[in-house]
Amino acid sequence: MANEVIDQPENHPDIDTAVDCVFEPFILGIFCNWCTYTGCDQAGTSRMQRPANLRVMRVMCSGRVEPAMVLKALKSGADGILIGACHIGDCHYVSGNHKTVRRIPLISKFIKQFGIDPNRIWLRHISASEGVELTEIVHEYVNILKKIGPNSFKKKK
Amino acid sequence: MIELQKKIRIGVYICHCGLNIGGVVNIDHLIEFVKTLPFVSVARQYKFFCSEVGQNMIAADIEDNLVNRVVVAACSPRMHEPTFRQVLISAGLNPYYFVQANIREHATWVHMYDPNGATRIAKDHLRMQIGKAAELKALYPQKVKVLPSSLVIGAGISGINSAIELATQGYQVYLVERDLTIGGHMAQLDKTFPTMDCSACILTPKMVEISRNPKVKILSYSEVEKIDGYVGNFQVTIRQKAHYVDQEKCTGCGACVQYCPVSVGNEFDLGMTSRKAIYIPFPQAVPAKYTIDIKHCINCGICARSDVCEPDAIKIDDEDKIIEINVGTIIVTTGYDVINPRYLHNYGYGKYENVIDGLQMERLLNSTGPTLGKPVRPSDSKAPHSIAWIQCVGSRDNRAGRHSYCSRVCCLYAIKQARQYKEKHPEADIYIFYIDIRAFGKGYEEFYESAARDYRIKFIRGRVSELAEDPDDKSIIIRGEDTLLGQLLEIQVDMVVLSVGLECRHDAEQLSALLTIQCSADGFFLEAHPKLRPVDSLTEGIFIGGAAQGPKDIPDAVAQAKAAAASAASLMAQKEIEVEPYFSFVQNGLCSGCRSCIEQCPFGAITFNTSINKAEINSIKCKGCGTCVSTCPSNAIIQNHFSKPQLMAIIKAVLGEV
Repeated sequence: MANEVIDQPENHPDIDTAVDCVFEPFILGIFCNWCTYTGCDQAGTSRMQRPANLRVMRVMCSGRVEPAMVLKALKSGADGILIGACHIGDCHYVSGNHKTVRRIPLISKFIKQFGIDPNRIWLRHISASEGVELTEIVHEYVNILKKIGPNSFKKKK
Repeated sequence: MIELQKKIRIGVYICHCGLNIGGVVNIDHLIEFVKTLPFVSVARQYKFFCSEVGQNMIAADIEDNLVNRVVVAACSPRMHEPTFRQVLISAGLNPYYFVQANIREHATWVHMYDPNGATRIAKDHLRMQIGKAAELKALYPQKVKVLPSSLVIGAGISGINSAIELATQGYQVYLVERDLTIGGHMAQLDKTFPTMDCSACILTPKMVEISRNPKVKILSYSEVEKIDGYVGNFQVTIRQKAHYVDQEKCTGCGACVQYCPVSVGNEFDLGMTSRKAIYIPFPQAVPAKYTIDIKHCINCGICARSDVCEPDAIKIDDEDKIIEINVGTIIVTTGYDVINPRYLHNYGYGKYENVIDGLQMERLLNSTGPTLGKPVRPSDSKAPHSIAWIQCVGSRDNRAGRHSYCSRVCCLYAIKQARQYKEKHPEADIYIFYIDIRAFGKGYEEFYESAARDYRIKFIRGRVSELAEDPDDKSIIIRGEDTLLGQLLEIQVDMVVLSVGLECRHDAEQLSALLTIQCSADGFFLEAHPKLRPVDSLTEGIFIGGAAQGPKDIPDAVAQAKAAAASAASLMAQKEIEVEPYFSFVQNGLCSGCRSCIEQCPFGAITFNTSINKAEINSIKCKGCGTCVSTCPSNAIIQNHFSKPQLMAIIKAVLGEV
C-alpha cells in the first residue's frame, strides 16, 4: 500500500529524485470533463480510497487528447498515462470518444516500436457514476506499472 | 501601470474546507511549497474560501493589484468554479484568469489515511494548475439567443405539471408522449396515499386543462427521433406514429368499436381485460380519439364503412408523420417502468394464478378497472378472505437482476391497498411482509400507524423465502420468517400481491445517448449535482423532472417537475445567455487547407472557405470538444482555455522539462 512510502512532506519527492526503494509510479490521468472527471469526483465524494499515484488533468473531451501531449508526458518521465473517456454512445460531444479509441491504440503501437511498454498508455471508458470502476482501474494500473518498473526516460535526465 | 498589468502575478489560495482538506494534509507546508513556484506572488490559506470572507480575501488581493491570476486549491471545479469566477468579475478581472486545483475529491478524500500520498498529489495538482495559470488568456463569453419554447418528453403527472407551469408563464410547450394518451402511470392508479384522494379526480382535470391550453401542443403517440443544436436552440425531430384514423375527423363517438371483430389484451388493464383493434386506452384518455392497432387489425374494412364511421375518419393508408420543431429548453419527464416479477422465480408470478403485482391490484381496486373496483381472485373470481402483500419485490436486494436501491413508494402503496380492501371487507385477514416500513413523507407515518391500529392489518417483519400453491383451491402458501419473533412461519392466504418496485425505463439509455445526458449506476438519469442542482442534467438547457431521475412518489415527482420547469423558465426569461467561450478557432496564417478537421467535427461547425482556402469554425455551432485541435497537422486550431500551450504547461509543470 501507498502508506509504506518513505517520503516526508518536508522533502518533496520530485519524480526525478524519488527514492527508488519503493517505486511509486507516476500516473497522469487525462480525463474528459463530463464522464471520467465527474466519475473521479464521485469516487472522492464517496471516499473510495486508492493509492496516491494518480494526478488528474481535465480536458473537455477525450477527443482533445493529442498524441503530442501523451508523448510529451512519456518523454518527461510519466510512468503511466490513463486516458478516461465516456462509454461509446455516451459522449457529450456525440462522437469525440470514437476518435480517441482510434487514436490511442495507434500511439500505443508507435511507442512499442521505440521499446516502450504499450501498457504505459491506457484508455479506459469510465462514466460519471463509475467511481468504483475508476478506483479499481487505478489499483490495477498501479500494480501493473510496479511490475513494469520506472519509465527509463526519467533516469536519462 | 501597464507594465504592472503585463507581469504575471499568481495568487494561490489554499482552502482547508473545514477538516476535509486541512485535516489530512499540512497546509502550512503546501503554502511554503507554492511560494517557491514561478510567478506566485501571494499564497494564502483560509478555512472556507467559498465563504464571503474567503471571497473577499481574493477580491482584495486583486483590487490591491497584488495578483492578476488566481488559483484556488479546494474542491472540484465542477462545484465552485462559477463561484470564484464571479469573484474575479466583481474585482474587475477577467473571469478566465482563474483555475481551480482539485485537492479535495482527487486528493484528500481518496487518500484519507495516507497524508504523505495526499500531500504529494495535492502538490502536483497545485503545480499543474499554477503552470496553467501562467498561460491563461482573457476570454469573453459568447451570447446566444434562447428560444422561448420548451420540449417536455413524457406526459405523465410530472410532464403535465412542467408543461402547465411553463405555458402559464407564456412559453410555448411541446408535450411529447409515446403512448396514445397523456396521464402516464397515475391514470392507472385508484387512490393516492396518504390522503386517499381519488387519482383520476386530481389527474383528469389537469389532463383536460393542458389539452385546452393554447400554449401547449400535445404530440401523443410520438417519439423523439433526433436532437441537434445547443442550449437555447435545439432542433428536434419527432416521429408521430400513424393512427390509421384521421385525428381531425374522429369525434371519439366510439361507434366503430362494437363492429371490430378483433379482441386483444388491454395494456391499460395489464391484460386483465380485452379491447378491440380499434380503441382508445381508457374512456378519459386525452386526446379522446380512436386509433387502429395495426399489428392486430385484420383489415376487414368494417370500421371504414360509411354507416359505421359517419365522419369518415378511418384512414388505413395513414403514414408516420415527421415533425420538426425548434426549442430553447428540454425537460425530460419519462418516468419509470414497474419491475417485472416474472423473473423473480421464488414468488411464482406468472405460474400461480393468485399471485399478482401491485399495479394489477391497483387496477382491481379501481372503479374503472376490470372488476369495477371489487378485487377478486383471478382463479375463481371470488373475493379473497385473506390477502398478503410482500414488500421489496425486486428492490433492496443485491442479487442479480434486482435492484439494491429502495423504490420509495411500495411500502405506502401496499398499506394503502390493504386499507382499501379492509374498508370493503372488514372481516378479511390482511398481512404485510416487510423488511422495514419506510414512511418518510408528510402524513405517511400516521397513515401507517392507523393501518396497524385501526384497520388491524398484520405487519410481519421478514422477507418471504418462497411461495407455493395449494393444488386443491389454488390458495397460496407463504413460507418465511418472522424476524421479530425469531420463528419460521407458514401462512396460507387466498391471494398474494407482490409490491414491485420501480426501475428506470427499459430504453432510458437510448434516450440518454440521444440527448447526450448521463445515467447514474441505477439507470435513472443523472442530475448535475445531487444536492444543489437536482433537476439539471449535465447538458446545459436540458432538465430532468419526476421519476425519470429516481423512484419518487407523486408529491415529490410533481415538486421536481415544477422545479425543472422553473429552471427552464429562468433560462428562457433571460432571452440571451452567455455560454462558455471554450470554442475553437483557426489561425488563418497556419491553416494549410488540408480539410482534415472538417470531417472530425461532430456538429458540422467547420466549413471550408474556398476563396481563401482555409477552414473556418462557426463559434456558436462549436461546442468546444477540441477534437479538431488534436487532428490539425499544422497546429493551426486553438481551443480556448484548453490550448496546446496551456495543456503542455500543465505537463511541464508537473513532470519538468526534458
